[in-house]
Amino acid sequence: MSNTKEIILSPILDNNPIALQILGICSALAVTSNLQTTVVMCIALTLVTAFSNMSVSLIRHHIPSSIRIIVQMTIIASLVIVVDQVLKAYAYSISKQLSVFVGLIITNCIVMGRAEAFAMKNPPIPSFIDGIGNGLGYSVILLTLGVIRELLGAGKLFGYEILPLVSEGGWYQPNGLLLLPPSAFFLIGLIIWGLRTWKKNQVEQPDYKLAAHSKYKEAM
Amino acid sequence: MSASNDSIKKTITVSVLLCLVCSVLVSGAAVLLRDTQKQNKQLDKQRSILEIAGLMQSGQPIAEQFKSITPKIVDLQTGQFTDKVKASSYDQRKAAKDPKQSDIVPSNQDVASIKRQAHYATVYVVEKNNTIDTIILPVHGYGLWSTMYGFLALKGDTKTVVGFGFYDQGETPGLGGEVDNPKWKSQWPGKVVYDDQFQVKIDLIKGGANPSNPNFDHQVDGLAGATLTTRGVENLLHYWLGENGFGPFLANLRAGKA
Repeated sequence: MSNTKEIILSPILDNNPIALQILGICSALAVTSNLQTTVVMCIALTLVTAFSNMSVSLIRHHIPSSIRIIVQMTIIASLVIVVDQVLKAYAYSISKQLSVFVGLIITNCIVMGRAEAFAMKNPPIPSFIDGIGNGLGYSVILLTLGVIRELLGAGKLFGYEILPLVSEGGWYQPNGLLLLPPSAFFLIGLIIWGLRTWKKNQVEQPDYKLAAHSKYKEAM
Repeated sequence: MSASNDSIKKTITVSVLLCLVCSVLVSGAAVLLRDTQKQNKQLDKQRSILEIAGLMQSGQPIAEQFKSITPKIVDLQTGQFTDKVKASSYDQRKAAKDPKQSDIVPSNQDVASIKRQAHYATVYVVEKNNTIDTIILPVHGYGLWSTMYGFLALKGDTKTVVGFGFYDQGETPGLGGEVDNPKWKSQWPGKVVYDDQFQVKIDLIKGGANPSNPNFDHQVDGLAGATLTTRGVENLLHYWLGENGFGPFLANLRAGKA
């Protein structure tokens, strides 16, 4: 089962959907200002990716290629609505905070990308596992962002105070920038930098190379 | 992928079947979970009423705490309590959309842009020793993007604010959405919404209210970067506290005739 292990582990570091494929950035910026919503978003996205991959894979031999994207979208959208309904029923306050972003899982490139790239060509079980793997890859980055942003931005983790704030008599002066979406951009950039310094093969080939300086005589 | 998959017949069959399966899935989930969702909404509303009235004690079931609050129906035209509709089942938001249960608000009086107003309103009363301790009025009005629904809790003297807040709004997060900011909401308790002649007097001040101003009791900070939401909040308070809103009812309450 080394193959299964590879499918589930490779998206976490070697082929991370956010850090290498640069997909799903939108929600990574929006929901990571506190850990609670981040965790719910990760679970929701992992489940949707896994089940949409499985469903697409189950019917992959019957999908007409002319409407395959629409078919994938329909499956993904249905699953997302179900997730949204479940959240509204069992985690009302969190679903209120996540508001539109649960619905936006539909347009999350990771879900669609995996359906098109993996599930259309592979049997259901590996597809399901691939969905879980990519969901985990997404989660790893999101949780990292969530921890950094909530800890340094609000001095809390999961809403519990870790660093006592100056405004409440402590010593920590929070960095408000970290609670705003752009901070996640900087953090994702730093993570990508770190990852590519460590794993050199992730560095993309440049599109073109500057030629060496031509000598004066050659130019004449 | 075989060529037969791309025939028109197959394409239509696949799409029809897929749509059927997906719609069953989606509607099934919606129907199965509807009751729990409704309950959640109800609890959320009760929680915000408790919070705004300053009665919220964390750690205790909301439904239990809510027993100290009595919902009552007010006829907005006469300004008196009525039992023409049942408080437990009456839905003011639904009634405001039903032409049989609501009236069009003339546009020159419609400062809060609510368009239609229901005949009856559900107010929540907290009684202590048989006198009214807190009265919680439902208010709503248009902000920048959305109709904002909230509650205004007043003391028994009908002019001192106990709390004010919204439970449903869709204003810009970070700007108008700051109406939900606890810091902003914490300015409200103690403010006075009427002057001595019981004319509505409450203003949201751009740039912040100044404590040295003699009218400071009637002033609250505006929301930075959200002029239209701020105006919306001010308008809806003026509307609901005025003649068309709860004005007559509060007057009756003061005279002991409600």
